[in-house]
Amino acid sequence: MLAMNYRGPYRVRVDHKPMPEIQHPRDAIVQVTRACICGSDLHLYHGMVPDTRVGSTFGHEFIGIVREVGTAVENLKVGDKVLVPFNIACGQCVFCRQGLFANCHESNSMSTAVGGIFGYSHIAGGFDGGQAEYVRVPYADVGPTVIPEGMNDEDALLLTDVLPTGYQAAEMGGIKTGDTVVVFGAGPVGIMAARCAWLFGAGRVIVIDHLEYRLEFVKKYAPCEAYNFKSMDDPVVFIKRMTDWLGADVCIDAVGSDACGNAMQTITGKKLLLQAGSATALHWAINSVKKGGIVSIVGVYGPTDNLVPIGNVVNKGITVRANQTSVKRLLPRLIEHIQNGILSPKDIITHRFALEDIAEAYHIFSSKLDACIKPVLVPNASS
Amino acid sequence: MKNSVENYKEIKGWGIDADPLNEPTYPMKNKEAEGNAALWERPIQQQPSVEILHSNERPNLSAVFGETIPPQGLSGALRRYAFKYSESRYRHWLPLLLADRINEIEGIVQDIKDGKFPNLVAERGWKARWQFGKKKILKDAAIGIGIGLAAYVLLKSKANK
Repeated sequence: MLAMNYRGPYRVRVDHKPMPEIQHPRDAIVQVTRACICGSDLHLYHGMVPDTRVGSTFGHEFIGIVREVGTAVENLKVGDKVLVPFNIACGQCVFCRQGLFANCHESNSMSTAVGGIFGYSHIAGGFDGGQAEYVRVPYADVGPTVIPEGMNDEDALLLTDVLPTGYQAAEMGGIKTGDTVVVFGAGPVGIMAARCAWLFGAGRVIVIDHLEYRLEFVKKYAPCEAYNFKSMDDPVVFIKRMTDWLGADVCIDAVGSDACGNAMQTITGKKLLLQAGSATALHWAINSVKKGGIVSIVGVYGPTDNLVPIGNVVNKGITVRANQTSVKRLLPRLIEHIQNGILSPKDIITHRFALEDIAEAYHIFSSKLDACIKPVLVPNASS
Repeated sequence: MKNSVENYKEIKGWGIDADPLNEPTYPMKNKEAEGNAALWERPIQQQPSVEILHSNERPNLSAVFGETIPPQGLSGALRRYAFKYSESRYRHWLPLLLADRINEIEGIVQDIKDGKFPNLVAERGWKARWQFGKKKILKDAAIGIGIGLAAYVLLKSKANK
């Protein structure tokens, strides 16, 4: 089968790989029909995540058709069309039982800080991902969900990560009716976080980024106020001025380790890898939120250390909430919102590539060329 | 500054999930579902067929794991060393980062051994850069040539003195 093959930072290609096999009674083999490249895949692509081994196949956002099931999988049958949450979760451990499916303790041997994730380095379990024609899906009786009748495939695809992550970012913000919410980052997750902030009753939603085409998009899609930090002397002072000099009620970091906007963070975090990526967005979030406010982090950072103003977290009495998204917990509500026409996640897809064109797809997304917001890969596009 | 999104309460779905009980520790405090915290019936154990490194912050392998790309060569030796130390140690992460860089070179060597010389231009997707970023490439090239010429003229004039 054809699969993405990581060869080192900024180098990927498509190669023939052996077909995945059932390795556990609760596995399934899924034929991928659509897969996304996620913003967090770019952290791998840029070589920022330790233990990303050459030969890995990335991809944690995908949908497909069940082609084989293990002996213990009773809820799925061959031929089912499923969306597969990016978390690999057993459903039995103490964390899964709390609804913390992203923190499953039975899906990742290599690191205790995070549960298993498809195609996200050996830190996240060493599983191959869905940027391929076929993929092994462990715990297929827990995560994969049959795509509801009538749901658009690409809406279902964005339910595997992007929409739930944006939604959980807003949820973790503990937004109260009328709150001012600032979202740092107008990438796919930031766009969804801004859109979902309204569902929680926000009174004002402000998005900060540096790419004009994304700001224009989010302004219409969310809808919200959107500003370019390149036009500001200091984004923190800008936010303070907009909020009667008190700060925002809630700040969301939807950028993570690839943030730009601060030379020191960029050099030490992205160029020299002296910290786990650049923490510029988180820095701004902590300093822009009001005293007693909430900072919600869904941007992905590496496992080592980052330079953040922790003293200000203490002095301002900020609550910091963060997690990888527990997709399964949020799916019922989000499926309902899509079916009721409240949310339309597929509208953020700007590019579709054949799997064979993966190197160009990564390059375009990584370099923000051609006004790219969300790229989708289509295996077997030519057949 | 004034809120530029007027009539925001008319946005589709506004307030539909507003929940006053969404206090800052949800879902961490979801004790009801927690049951007997430390114990759970473990899923059936997947049997490893390749070498799987596991964090020393846990006593065993997780019930399932990925079997992709077991540690090999010099990078593999570094990874084995790294996994002797916990996730809170630089001795864990720095060798892993170094192993990744070595692994990249091992990958190139393996490609050549397999008779496949890596096509760096294709793997880096530079076709797309040319297609969508032609202007920037030409601008960068012009700046580079300009700097090169200036340096050449400067060095030549110094040499003539």
